[in-house]
Amino acid sequence: MEPIIQVENLTHTYGAGTPFQRSAIAGVSFQLQQGEFLGVIGHTGSGKSTLIQHLNGLLKPTAGRVLFHGRDIWADPKRIREVRFRVGLVFQYPEYQLFEETAAKDIAFGPKNMGLDDTEIQRRVEEAASFAGLSPDLLDKSPFDLSGGQKRRVAIAGVIAMRPEVLILDEPSAGLDPAGRSELLQNIRDYHARTGGTVVLVSHSMDEIAENVQRILVLSRSGVVMSGTPHEVFSRAEELEAVGLSVPQITKVAMELRRRGVDIDPAVYTVEDLRRSLLALRGGGAGA
Amino acid sequence: MLKDITLGQYFPGTTPAHRLDPRTKLILVVLYIIALFAAESFVSYGLMALTLCLCVAVSKVPPKSLIKGLKPVLFILIFTALLNVFYTPGRILWQWWIFRVTIEGIFTAFFMALRISLLIMGTFLMTYTTSPIMLTDGMESLMNPLKKLHVPVHELAMMMSIALRFIPTLIEETDKIMSAQKARGADFETGSLLQRAKAMVPLLVPLFISAFRRADELAVAMECRCYHGGEGRTKLKVLRYRGIDYTAFSLGALILAGVIVLARFGL
Repeated sequence: MEPIIQVENLTHTYGAGTPFQRSAIAGVSFQLQQGEFLGVIGHTGSGKSTLIQHLNGLLKPTAGRVLFHGRDIWADPKRIREVRFRVGLVFQYPEYQLFEETAAKDIAFGPKNMGLDDTEIQRRVEEAASFAGLSPDLLDKSPFDLSGGQKRRVAIAGVIAMRPEVLILDEPSAGLDPAGRSELLQNIRDYHARTGGTVVLVSHSMDEIAENVQRILVLSRSGVVMSGTPHEVFSRAEELEAVGLSVPQITKVAMELRRRGVDIDPAVYTVEDLRRSLLALRGGGAGA
Repeated sequence: MLKDITLGQYFPGTTPAHRLDPRTKLILVVLYIIALFAAESFVSYGLMALTLCLCVAVSKVPPKSLIKGLKPVLFILIFTALLNVFYTPGRILWQWWIFRVTIEGIFTAFFMALRISLLIMGTFLMTYTTSPIMLTDGMESLMNPLKKLHVPVHELAMMMSIALRFIPTLIEETDKIMSAQKARGADFETGSLLQRAKAMVPLLVPLFISAFRRADELAVAMECRCYHGGEGRTKLKVLRYRGIDYTAFSLGALILAGVIVLARFGL
């Protein structure tokens, strides 16, 4: 099957020609499959945010190409706006972009720009609010009267309301408390399951990535250093640590257990997996 | 992108132009402007242009970015030049309806444009080679005598350094909000004037809110560190004139005197 987004040899240099010139990403290539839930991970300054801003044409590559459904998105610069409707990008701390009088109007900003009629906009606002976990009574409030977590949900709904084929979220849970964090991630998982859309989750939290995604892309020093299923990536714990990242806490527990002579796969990355493999071990032991 | 604008941007470096005391540079820029207005002939304008070229060469600032700095005033430059071409009395070269081009007019227009360009580039050269903090430090120190007249010199300097400090932050913020709204299909570049003004709302509302939030946070942070104005406050970097400053002063005075003498001889 043809990948929905294909990145070829992407390079971006900030401030070319000034004393502050630096390469944010260099020679990045990867593919995003239709319906996939991809995690992008990397330490601060590894180029994650720069990379995703290329996927919907907010940044123009210094070199390389971004293909959307097999077409170079910069082939016709006039149609770049259409790409932005189809590849939805939720920025880091998106609550700072709210500006309308009511939450509903703010969510409607994207659909309105698409030129949809009022009934369709209304339908999409309600649908997006439910995906983002916003209760309908909040929609008529001013976004500035909402709590931090609610504001963020309004902002995320504002992107979902465009019904993008690809939804990209840059650190969606940053700065939320643990309960808000896991609720929001549950909403995103539900969104992925119910719509079958393609989702890209950017984070620097291994645990967050491990619990949600199907495939991981590891960025370091402006390039892709690893890519694969969580199991493949987390079994290379030493390499991850070498680039300044760590494995999920559960994987650490499993690695320590293995070091102490317990015979389990060290690349487990959820509590449920570890429980299962420990129980299997005990079951196996009891059977012998 | 907005980040690429060069207005008042500082180019770090260690050249003699960078190492001068900020007060020296401020005074020299004032002297340069005075000399520009005293200049009246090709010879003296040539001297002024040569001075600027030498300073640029010493500072190692790319001349391209200095010329780029003229872009925002290009309209004013052309406008003044045209006014001068058409409205200076003198020997008539060409006439049509109310428009009259005179030889004197062409000369005045050329000198006026050159004067404004040199003035702007000279000032920009100072901001390119002096960090904003040094610059406000220098201004505070130069304005110190005004304290006797109860001018709040320290407060003014503090306000200025805060304003300068937050320009890049606000630009970055504007960029970010712009990108976020563009991601939702906002269009800042096309449409009629009214449409474009309307398109600014999704940008300005969040920007103002964040500016107020930042101001509030900064005030709290300053109070937490017991900031109470300039009284008894010492400096991390105390400004001191050194040999290089005296040399620069002498050269500056020499050029100014030269231009004034040339003007007296009608050159």
